[in-house]
Amino acid sequence: MSSVLSIKNVVKEYSGYKAVNNASFEVPRGSIFGLLGPNGAGKTSLIRIITRITAADSGQVLLNGKDISETAIRDVGYLPEERGLYKKMMVGEQLVYLSQLKGLSKEEAGREIKYWLEKFEIRDWWTKKIEELSKGMQQKVQFIATVLHKPSLIILDEPFTGLDPVNTNLMKSEIYRLNEEGTSIIFSTHRMEQVEEICKDIVLVEKGQVILSGSVTDVKQQFKEGLFNVYTDRPITTGGLSYDYRQAGDNGSIIKIKSGNTANDVLSEIIQSGNTVKAFNEVLPTLNDIFIKQVNRI
Amino acid sequence: MSKIWLIAGREYITRVRKKTFILATILTPVGIGLLMLVAVYFAKKGSEENKHILIKDQSGIINDASELNTSTLTYQLVNDPVDSLKVNYADQNGDILVILPMIDSLSENAYQLSYYSEEKLSLGTIDNIEDAMAEQFKDKKIATSDISMDTYKSFDTDIDLENGEMLDQIAAGEEPKSTGKTGLLIGTMLGGLMGFMMYMVIFVYGGMVMRSVMEEKINRIVEIMISSVKPVQLMLGKILGVGGVGLTQLAIWLILVPAILFGVQYFMGGDIPMDAGMGSADVEAMTKDFDLSESGIAEYIKEFKALNWFLIIPVFVLFFFGGYFIYASLFAAVGSATGDDMGESQQLMIPISMPVIIAFMMLQPVLNNPNGNMAIFGSMFPLISPIIMPARLAFDPPMWQVALSILILIISCIFFAWIAGRIYRVGILMYGKKVNIKEIGKWLFYKD
Repeated sequence: MSSVLSIKNVVKEYSGYKAVNNASFEVPRGSIFGLLGPNGAGKTSLIRIITRITAADSGQVLLNGKDISETAIRDVGYLPEERGLYKKMMVGEQLVYLSQLKGLSKEEAGREIKYWLEKFEIRDWWTKKIEELSKGMQQKVQFIATVLHKPSLIILDEPFTGLDPVNTNLMKSEIYRLNEEGTSIIFSTHRMEQVEEICKDIVLVEKGQVILSGSVTDVKQQFKEGLFNVYTDRPITTGGLSYDYRQAGDNGSIIKIKSGNTANDVLSEIIQSGNTVKAFNEVLPTLNDIFIKQVNRI
Repeated sequence: MSKIWLIAGREYITRVRKKTFILATILTPVGIGLLMLVAVYFAKKGSEENKHILIKDQSGIINDASELNTSTLTYQLVNDPVDSLKVNYADQNGDILVILPMIDSLSENAYQLSYYSEEKLSLGTIDNIEDAMAEQFKDKKIATSDISMDTYKSFDTDIDLENGEMLDQIAAGEEPKSTGKTGLLIGTMLGGLMGFMMYMVIFVYGGMVMRSVMEEKINRIVEIMISSVKPVQLMLGKILGVGGVGLTQLAIWLILVPAILFGVQYFMGGDIPMDAGMGSADVEAMTKDFDLSESGIAEYIKEFKALNWFLIIPVFVLFFFGGYFIYASLFAAVGSATGDDMGESQQLMIPISMPVIIAFMMLQPVLNNPNGNMAIFGSMFPLISPIIMPARLAFDPPMWQVALSILILIISCIFFAWIAGRIYRVGILMYGKKVNIKEIGKWLFYKD
């Protein structure tokens, strides 16, 4: 699988402080990619370099294999965390203006905007001024502005903040749909449950450095601790030869395999003890656990 | 480049559509018209308030009081005793009573008279009465001397200093360009007007650019914008757009203001006082020189035509744009550096406003000596030249100075746009950080 975006040894320094410190990672084409990290880790600095808002001191950013240029940037849609629109402008003209800046003609822009306004069932908003809209409504407009020039890469910085559950779902389904149509998406957040739900791949940055990257499944595999959930007719409350007891789980007990043993060893020990196994499954760490552990380690 | 026009277009359209713009554009000329109406009204009303002056002449200085009459003041000699006059002058229709005391000798240079009046007199009225009395004293002195009135009048001499016609111009068969006093007068007024317009444009429209930048930064739309365009494109587009708004407004005013003034004059049927609204002694002295007779007006028209408009108009336009561009760039930089902190932006505006104010203060001395050292320095110093150089144009400054000044202007435009662009690109993304000049200085050397 080729990469839509390659970050290679990118460094960005602000008066002696390294906001991005030799960061390298790949965003696979067609992925929903989580850019994770605690506050101040350098996520926004990285995004600003990718969107050419600022330039890196050194290193390379390749979009579709080519050095990111002024024309290539048209192929990127960016929804910043700090959102804003011209308050006095009408929704329609504002969207036309923003898409013209992305290189669309007036007619193309008009067509696309109509499509999106209908999609979000806000057809009659064209002549509404931005200042008349609520924050959540403005966010919809902003989302449309991000995607209507059909970029091949969309960068969303905390896209769901301020949205009610209905609109969050609406936006989520649009993100999935765009992704199915081939758009790669970078999703920056520190809400891990959203990442787990939405992202296929992630990179974790802290203090400007990449400390972890890969597909969500691989990362979870990498950090698994040999924990299993065992559901038996007589609940397990103590350890055995091949395993230690950890705690009661939601449904059964959590055990940890002792080193040198396999899941098979545990299973046969439990069965031989005369207990009936109803369910047995591996417990993978949540991204939240991995995130906290990794960040604290640095 | 097309993006700059897009940005300029948006900036222009959204501003021109605003109610405040439409109101300001229409109300300003109407306001000027109303002011003029009020001025004319009071000027006329003032002339209707006549004062009747009774004179008790105890020394026989005045022969015929009626020859002292002016349009507002009428004089009458009275013979009643001083004490009774002081009590009942008002009963004899007198507004003012002036008493000339018994005078022993006419050889003095100064005399003191007294007046009595219900209300306090204005300085102007007192001046007028003093002048009239002084004239009477002078006439009396001449009558009692050996000099005849005609001889005395022949002493009065008036000198008019005009420059000669240039031999080379005559030789070349050109109509000689004179730069007589009328020409200088027109030049001074034109220079003052151009300097004032520059001053206004810099603050009004430069300030508009600054607020627009601050608004984008506070709105946070700037991050979306510069993910599509370069910061410097955004800045230039903004400057162009607001510049267009300024031109539109000035163009409307250039048509409306004379139209309204003409209307006021037509309906009031009177002359608009030339110095209405201006109080400086220089203006007063200048307007005294106005000769509004038919030949005088012909002279103005001739001198007006004699000005080198082919130089003045293009150079003025050039400096107009250059000056606006330089200051608008600097204002944009200040706006980007400060965001929503008005106090901070005002502090940063001081170093930018200083040259404008200095230039404005230099305007009068430069107009008094349009080819002196101060004028030459002012024409070359980039932040001052947009106000000083246009003001000198009517005085035929040496061509090399105009050319050098333009060259410096162009270089400064590029230089200041560069500086401002570098501050702007860092400033618009900088939040919550206290900025000072030193900090901004550092931004200049940040990498892109």
